[in-house]
Amino acid sequence: MRSIKYAASLAAISAISVSAQAATLDDVKARGELNCVVSTGVAGFAAPDDSGKWSGFDVDFCRAVAAAVLGDGEKVKFVPTTGKTRFTVLNSGEGDILFRNTTETMSRDADLKLTFLPVNYYDGQGFMVPSALGVASAKDLDGASVCIQTGTTTELNLADFFRVNNISYEPVPVETNAEAQTNYLGGRCDVFTTDASGLASTRASFEKPDEHVILPEIISKEPLGGAVRQGDDQWADIGKWVVNALIAAEELGVTQGNVAEMAKAAGDVPSINRLLGTEGDFGSMIGLDAQWALRAIQAVGNYGESFDRNIGPDTAIGLQRGLNAQWKDGGILYAAPIR
Amino acid sequence: MSSNTALQGGGPVTRRNPVSRLWNDKQTRSVIVQIIATVLIFAFFFYMVQNAIANLERLGKDFDFAFLSAPASYDINQHLIEYDSRSSHARAMTVGIINTLLIAVSGIFLATILGFVLGVLRLSKNWLTNKLAHVYIEYVRNVPLLLHILLVHGLLVHSLPKPKQASSVGDVAFLTNRGFFMPKPDPEPLFWIVGVLFVIGLIFTFLFRRYARKVQDATGKIYPVFRIGVIAVVVIPSVAFILLGMPVNWEIPELKGFNYRGGMVIRPEFIALWLALSFYTAAFIGEIVRAGITAVSHGQTEASLALGLPRKRTLNLVVIPQALRVIVPPLASQYLNLTKNSSLAIAIGYMDITATIGGISLNQTGREMECMLIVMALYLTFSLLISTFMNWYNSRIKLVER
Repeated sequence: MRSIKYAASLAAISAISVSAQAATLDDVKARGELNCVVSTGVAGFAAPDDSGKWSGFDVDFCRAVAAAVLGDGEKVKFVPTTGKTRFTVLNSGEGDILFRNTTETMSRDADLKLTFLPVNYYDGQGFMVPSALGVASAKDLDGASVCIQTGTTTELNLADFFRVNNISYEPVPVETNAEAQTNYLGGRCDVFTTDASGLASTRASFEKPDEHVILPEIISKEPLGGAVRQGDDQWADIGKWVVNALIAAEELGVTQGNVAEMAKAAGDVPSINRLLGTEGDFGSMIGLDAQWALRAIQAVGNYGESFDRNIGPDTAIGLQRGLNAQWKDGGILYAAPIR
Repeated sequence: MSSNTALQGGGPVTRRNPVSRLWNDKQTRSVIVQIIATVLIFAFFFYMVQNAIANLERLGKDFDFAFLSAPASYDINQHLIEYDSRSSHARAMTVGIINTLLIAVSGIFLATILGFVLGVLRLSKNWLTNKLAHVYIEYVRNVPLLLHILLVHGLLVHSLPKPKQASSVGDVAFLTNRGFFMPKPDPEPLFWIVGVLFVIGLIFTFLFRRYARKVQDATGKIYPVFRIGVIAVVVIPSVAFILLGMPVNWEIPELKGFNYRGGMVIRPEFIALWLALSFYTAAFIGEIVRAGITAVSHGQTEASLALGLPRKRTLNLVVIPQALRVIVPPLASQYLNLTKNSSLAIAIGYMDITATIGGISLNQTGREMECMLIVMALYLTFSLLISTFMNWYNSRIKLVER
């Protein structure tokens, strides 16, 4: 009796582990929907609109992956997470892929057992203060109360920055971006710190954005990128090459508007042909068909189009391309070649 | 052997096999059922643990507490012991433990006082007081605690002045939405005399109370124990303090840059959590107290008055001791609730155990299993300590039958 029970539980355990080890690609296809881990709401990156439809820069990458894998950029279920819950949600299998303003670090990669996709936004940590305070530099912040999202790399950078510069501060820990805004606008803290892109996004959602300044100091490197669970190389490859494809598309002049035309027949430029599947068999290398990149670009446009639409200079967020320009334009965006 | 005897005895029982006979015996059946239940429970937990181990292994994660000695790398705004971002995770956990204990003890203290007041008001014959207490209790205990906490915190942060417009109390204490800043006492060398006198006063009062009780038992003579106690503990040390020329320096907080510096500070997060937890739990305690007092039959009071005891003594010697027997066991669970509910601190960023070791440490190290086990063990320890204390108190006040 006992041994039967023991054997049964062993079988149950192995069944659980087997199903979890099965390829994420098959799971997603069988489900017909991609579970994409995003933030609880950072305007421009990932936020639901009035009708509950998600949009934003990170959201576009989710949709591009869904389009490449399932053929439809709308087949995404967004899983909103806080800075603290994101990796648990991903690692437990509740999410298939993560695009959530997440900084790639060594310990997250190695110790938290994640595999990072190529960086899709090069960022750094900044500070925002009300202009009325008359602060010009982060080094003037001695004694200030600083609102900080817990469970982030910015929390650790902040402690280091103030300690190294030998100035004091009071950390005011908050869980979400929304909570940070309430505390900051309510005057509980003088300063709000997070990635510079997040600051711009937060400021854009204020009633009077021009009453707040973002200080010039950038105190850290925050390469933001997507991530998947470690141990499913095929799935990691899909994420990696979808990101690369969107970046390469901008470099090659492939846009949402002209991609269908370009994909009709092989053209003069071999790298475009390889990207759009009119030459070679690159899709099958990652378990997809030849039109994977075509569908991704059709769904959200190339990297530059998505950037301009969601967070670019003409949006409320108003971010410049800066480091995130193509390598040919003085940035460090540099997609590995598809060949 | 036994089956032989049974065969010889004859009768319908003999034809049953031994198993069904065991099953039909009430006592053995209950033992069998208990054994089976125990085995099932163990098997279940064994499976859960195996499952956790298997899943951790699959993720390639080990089970290791070594991270506790690594630097925590984050800062904590309220720390009663020395702490900075270079301190270890274990130290951060200790800061969290102290903060949890602080909120639990202050919460239990305030909730008990408020609860007893509410309970008495609820029994008041004055219609208005009675109804007000009733409305308060019904409102507070029917709205989730989390909302109370967020509401109080929001009120404090948004309605109190910012540091530059702080409302001051005599220019030594300042009320701002960053906290309540107060002067911090810094004792001079001679202050030890006051401290020693205070301790002597406490010991004296304790011994005197024993002596007074003995005298009362023997002769019926009653000493004014309370008044003498106050003189020994409060008056004499205070007089000594003044005679010594007030040997304390006060470090007064002053506005420097963004915030007040120096002095002591109570942060709005602490105040919000403290008030919300106390107000909430007080509503439950109020009902428990009411139940306890109502449970003492009115005949007891009448009998006591008939014996010639004054009203106050009737209350102290007849009603309250009997009411406490009803009050204390459910009161203990309210204390446990308050302590565990303090983990909602995380919603407003009060750095208790859940926010330090179970929050930031967990997240920055990725050691979910280890951190969660630590947090659970800590709450369990606190709860068991409170239970033990309340059980001890309960057994002290329970009916002693002769």
